Amino acid sequence: MDERLDLTFTLNGELQHAKVQPRWTLADFLRETLHKTGTHVGCEHGVCGACTVLLDGRSVRACLLLAIQAQGCEVTTVEGLSPEQGLSDLQAEFRRCHALQCGFCTPGLIVTAHALLQETPAPSREEIRDAISGNLCRCTGYIPIIDAIEATARGRQAQTGRTERRSHGDQ
Amino acid sequence: MKPPRFAYLAPATLQEAMALLARHSGTAKLIAGGQSLMPALNFRLAGPDILIDLNRIAELQRVSIEPDGAMTIGAMTRHRRFETDTGIGRHWPLLKEAVRFIAHVQIRNRGTIGGSLCHADPSAEWPALCLACDAAMVLSSVRGERIVPAADFATGLFGTALAPDEILTAVRFPAPPARASWGFEEIARRRGDFAIVGAACRLALDNAGCCSDARLVIFGAGDQPVLAASASAALAGRRLDPPAIAAAAAAARREVPCRSDQQASERYRSSLVETLSARVLRQAGAMNGEHAHG
Amino acid sequence: MATNEQAVTDPPFIGRPLPRMEDERLLRGEGCFVDDVKYADMAHAVVVRSTVAHGILRSVDTAQALAMDGVLAVITARDVGSPIPHIPVRVGVLAGLERCEQPVIAADRVRYVGEPVAVVIAADRYVAEDAADVVHADIEPLDPVVGALAATSRQPLHPAVPDNRPVHYSTRRGEPDQAFRQAEYTRRERFYVHRHSSVPMETRGLVAHWRDDGHLDVWGAAKVPFFNRKLLAGMLGMAEDRVDLHEVDTGGSFGTRGEFYPEDYLIPFSARLVGRAVKWVEDRRESLLAMNHSRDVHCELELAATREGRILGLRASLVSDTGAYSRTTGGIVAAKCAMFLPGPYDIAHYACEVAIVLTNKTPCGTYRGPGRYEANFFRERMIDLMCADLALDPAAVRLANLVRPSQMPYDIGSLVPYEGALRYDSGNYPAALQRAMEEIGYDRLAGRQGQLVDGKYHGVGIGCFVDSSGAGPSETARIRIAAPDRIELYTGCSSTGQGQETSFAQVLADALGVPAHAIRVFHGSTTCVPHGFGTYHGRGMVMGGSAVRVTADLLARAWKAEAARRHDLPAETLRLHGGRIVDDGGRVLLTLQDVCDSGDAALLEATGKFEQKTVTFEYGTQIAHVAVDAETAVVQVLSLVTVEDCGRVINPLIVHGQVVGASVQGLGGTLLEEFRYDESGQMLSGTFADYLLPTATDFPSVDAVSIDLAPSCLNPLGAKGVGEGGTEGVGAAVANAVCHALRSHGANILRLPITPDSVFQAMASASHGP
Repeated sequence: MDERLDLTFTLNGELQHAKVQPRWTLADFLRETLHKTGTHVGCEHGVCGACTVLLDGRSVRACLLLAIQAQGCEVTTVEGLSPEQGLSDLQAEFRRCHALQCGFCTPGLIVTAHALLQETPAPSREEIRDAISGNLCRCTGYIPIIDAIEATARGRQAQTGRTERRSHGDQ
Repeated sequence: MKPPRFAYLAPATLQEAMALLARHSGTAKLIAGGQSLMPALNFRLAGPDILIDLNRIAELQRVSIEPDGAMTIGAMTRHRRFETDTGIGRHWPLLKEAVRFIAHVQIRNRGTIGGSLCHADPSAEWPALCLACDAAMVLSSVRGERIVPAADFATGLFGTALAPDEILTAVRFPAPPARASWGFEEIARRRGDFAIVGAACRLALDNAGCCSDARLVIFGAGDQPVLAASASAALAGRRLDPPAIAAAAAAARREVPCRSDQQASERYRSSLVETLSARVLRQAGAMNGEHAHG
Repeated sequence: MATNEQAVTDPPFIGRPLPRMEDERLLRGEGCFVDDVKYADMAHAVVVRSTVAHGILRSVDTAQALAMDGVLAVITARDVGSPIPHIPVRVGVLAGLERCEQPVIAADRVRYVGEPVAVVIAADRYVAEDAADVVHADIEPLDPVVGALAATSRQPLHPAVPDNRPVHYSTRRGEPDQAFRQAEYTRRERFYVHRHSSVPMETRGLVAHWRDDGHLDVWGAAKVPFFNRKLLAGMLGMAEDRVDLHEVDTGGSFGTRGEFYPEDYLIPFSARLVGRAVKWVEDRRESLLAMNHSRDVHCELELAATREGRILGLRASLVSDTGAYSRTTGGIVAAKCAMFLPGPYDIAHYACEVAIVLTNKTPCGTYRGPGRYEANFFRERMIDLMCADLALDPAAVRLANLVRPSQMPYDIGSLVPYEGALRYDSGNYPAALQRAMEEIGYDRLAGRQGQLVDGKYHGVGIGCFVDSSGAGPSETARIRIAAPDRIELYTGCSSTGQGQETSFAQVLADALGVPAHAIRVFHGSTTCVPHGFGTYHGRGMVMGGSAVRVTADLLARAWKAEAARRHDLPAETLRLHGGRIVDDGGRVLLTLQDVCDSGDAALLEATGKFEQKTVTFEYGTQIAHVAVDAETAVVQVLSLVTVEDCGRVINPLIVHGQVVGASVQGLGGTLLEEFRYDESGQMLSGTFADYLLPTATDFPSVDAVSIDLAPSCLNPLGAKGVGEGGTEGVGAAVANAVCHALRSHGANILRLPITPDSVFQAMASASHGP
């Protein structure tokens, strides 16, 4: 009775084939069928941001996408932004700055912050606030999250600076 | 909050989409960015039997800009593109600036100009911007194509001139005046929220700083955006000095009807109409027509 | 807030900003929240809720739903049987509340929009929602009671409460009437703090599973799992030890998650009926409607003072709108509002009439700083009004009236029917105010009160607070040495994001002299300890942390005794140092390895309890600097500073995080959040587009300073609670600031929330006044 559609897409770098019901949201499909439970569902009307994932590199609400709409696309979840073991630099700064308490909004924020830093490697605090304004957090009051993203950007700039200096020296 | 059942179709061409819509109009809904429709489905406020997805139709995402700035925007162009596309930014700084007020980046990455126009929320930015820029909507169906000016496209609360078998395929922005100035501001409870009241203006300023072609639009006040015609007309040939701005703002307040709802009373909205009209005209005045191109 | 630059690997751990142990899994998306709990063959539940605020439930038609493919059952009151269990009051027991308890499912009446009338169990959530759409409840509407102040003259909601006022009592200290008769200055006003609540990012959820042997496991517990287990077992007719409630990662609580709700019975009941594990996760629309609301208190307040601003007395009348039923948290909002109305001030004479009324709205429970946030708004606004009337400085007046350290412990009398006489135990309230003034640069800001700068009116406002924490009677901890580098700590306390996996480890690490990262903390589940209470009322560190210390001491004593026995030395001469027992010369006598090798349960494990019947009091001051746009009436919070004394800071990262987070919640409650109802009892704030939560751009400048001037003498750690203070003075401080900013308009804010429209009306009406 419930028709299924063929879906082929890339999840965190791996090709996926599945049969999905038309009305399944991407968020539910990721969580229930693919067991990627890092993406959380907080409101199902596109406001809270807990379900944020990357679709072809851009941050979007997985609760406002149908699973079938991922056809042919690349989807990245928080699991895909985490190293094999341990924490990425962004995640490590979140921890250092105490940018999470209950952790429910955190995956959505990691994805959003990642996308921001890809596009704007050295954002101002105002740009950071703006970029995460679509992710609700009820625990932290946001300030440590902004600190963490800013620190990550600084850390990456420092790395780049060091790499450049090194290559100068080689000449 | 899960959507009710529906059949899902994803045509690859506009022809296919129009044919499907003609066959199923009445029982089918088009899905563009989905940022308004998906919440409606999740809340079960909408329950179409068939969903026709426009996201695979490449031609609906095309953007073309003439040397004079005239622009044809495919209806499926994402809001985000207006922020990042340098071509659009050069000729249409008003759009680039205003689009940043739409919700949040995740919504802008997916939501589309066409979806916003067809949803026709009274507090949305796009219907107002199209009115301010004197844009026209290209509506296509198996019966052919027609062009509807923005002023006629919006027909009331969540209402448009779109026929059940029509698809909004593009928005045409005529070339802006040579020395275009603009202003945009909205008041919302939080950044990205729907405007309680917003104002957009587009006008031209000559060397003497005199105004022509003024278009002052107010949105969020009533059921649809309103071109404050008498306020705009009052600015013709005048310099944008404080008395002129004050007079235009007061005129706008008189001619724009305001509603009361959970967020704001009519009285407060009315006051905002006047305040924001003045602010956007001041912004436009401060630009002095210098930035217009390049 | 400076973040730690160096990893903390060596003792002492208490007082150090240790990054949290729980973070790695949460950051990688590997947390386990209740919706991540899965059983094979699990079914899904959807609760069908009344769409009518008040009515007679004639019947519930489930036939169409039952006929749907994939639907396993549709449960109504008939299936639950008679008598329908009712949810008792757990705490805040005020006589009268037992007359309006909520049944776990509506049987013959519905009393609020959102009340459960049926439960659909189906193969998946999508199908369950399809079926829920066709369950038809036939409800004959009755007139809804929506206004709290008129509730007593309206149609009764409950037969046993004919005047809709289940609670009505008076409390006093001193001779307030006499004080008022003699006072040179008095003023009376009516205030209101609106309905809002915790709205955590994760909605509620439960997974219930009956094992083959009839043992019941329920996942998704929080806050008070032991009480809930006992209650649930009783309702199901089972022995307590046949039920376990398991706590997993939880997405915030702030008071409203974890209390016993109808679903806490209905879901296990459903699982038993269908013979499969059942998962229920509420969606956001439901959560806004069905998770406890809070605040919603009206206050008529009178203040009496000398002409110099020395406060002599307060008289108040409170009406707390508790919604359609009493809840497990009883009358705490009303009772604590009454208790904390005088706040941290030396006010000898005080009388308060307290009423709790019923309306056809979502029942109310406790939300961060329950009753305190409200009381502080009422009293701090009144103090500022007095200052304006008498041309006195708001800071100076407060300093003159705050309880002084020399007055500690300060008797506040017996203000709460279910508590005895209490005393503020320790604190330097004026120092907290002075520190807050320094931090925000108060003198400079006060010089600009009401000035128009760049189109905005500036104002600075103060809110002082005192709060109790550490509810007893006890808490339990269990320590188990699994390996020399792996120590397991089990606590009866619950975690909803406060970081107990780290802070409790810090306490144990210092107590035993072992590295904090060797300790793994298990919390909240009834399997952890034989008996516990949970986390609420700022009791986590106070009670739970103290239990850890007590239990560590037990273990240390056992080790000393063993070392003494083995080496034939007197136990009193031995010490615990670095996780080993040493003699007075430092010679190692017993190590953790020895303990493990011994296989002796008495050395490997200890269970201990910390008991405390009274509460301790933390305190502080919040100051807000605002700018109000003269044209648009938008209020911008330029800065909010909180200075709070929590007795002893265990982990400064966590403490700072709690206060900043609480402050932003307080700001949200003051300026954005509101549960609104229409005249028919429909809840209008049903989505996140209507119920507005603070975002990252709203309050960019919030700061918190911890001081530790007054450790508590009532527990071995010297700790006081810190989870709630940050919300408590915010309404007061912001409202006072806005009033100062708009003094040229004579604006007088008596009601919250402060919205652009309400500020606009205040500016417009005031300037039209005489």
